[in-house]
Amino acid sequence: MNDWFPEILSWPFLAAGSFFYLVGSIGLMRMPDVYTRMHATSVSDTFGAALLLIGMMITAGFSLVTAKLLIILLILLYTGPVATHALARAARYAKVEPVLHKGEEGSSSKL
Amino acid sequence: MFTAAAIAVALAHVFAVYRALKGPTVFDRVLAANTIGTAAILLLAVLGFLTERPEFLDIGITYGLLNLIGTLAVLKFFRYGDLARSAEEEPADT
Repeated sequence: MNDWFPEILSWPFLAAGSFFYLVGSIGLMRMPDVYTRMHATSVSDTFGAALLLIGMMITAGFSLVTAKLLIILLILLYTGPVATHALARAARYAKVEPVLHKGEEGSSSKL
Repeated sequence: MFTAAAIAVALAHVFAVYRALKGPTVFDRVLAANTIGTAAILLLAVLGFLTERPEFLDIGITYGLLNLIGTLAVLKFFRYGDLARSAEEEPADT
């Protein structure tokens, strides 16, 4: 494989990863309440980040850099859901109400 | 293509800071902080590739671990009011 092939192969992964990352963060901005925002960011944290990291792994080929990228991927895929779960439980204990129908105020908690 | 990824992740930072400033509840802010942490790791990795410096990835790994611990500590604080209590006795109003 001459040198330009990994470069070209990684482009779709990086492009898709950036796209999904932006989609997740736009969702973080526009969603009505905490729970739907969590849903939006988990899209970008897991899928967008995984695509970006895979794109970089392809560029890096078989080397120590790919091993480090793999470790980062595993860390992200492990800590994302843990943090989101803890956040959802804490929000639920603090009685943050989800927005169930249109036009309701963002969230009625007193925090 | 790496510059496009760097721009996308930088934009994610801007949106997360916007949510952190605006978020009505404190949990929006914790969520924004968590997102900023993840975006920082990815920005580190992308910049490491742009500037041909593989050391950035080590920083990204340590920051990934720190980010989880930070988020869990803040959440425990907001759930129990202080960090001292252990998690056995659940609050009565579950």
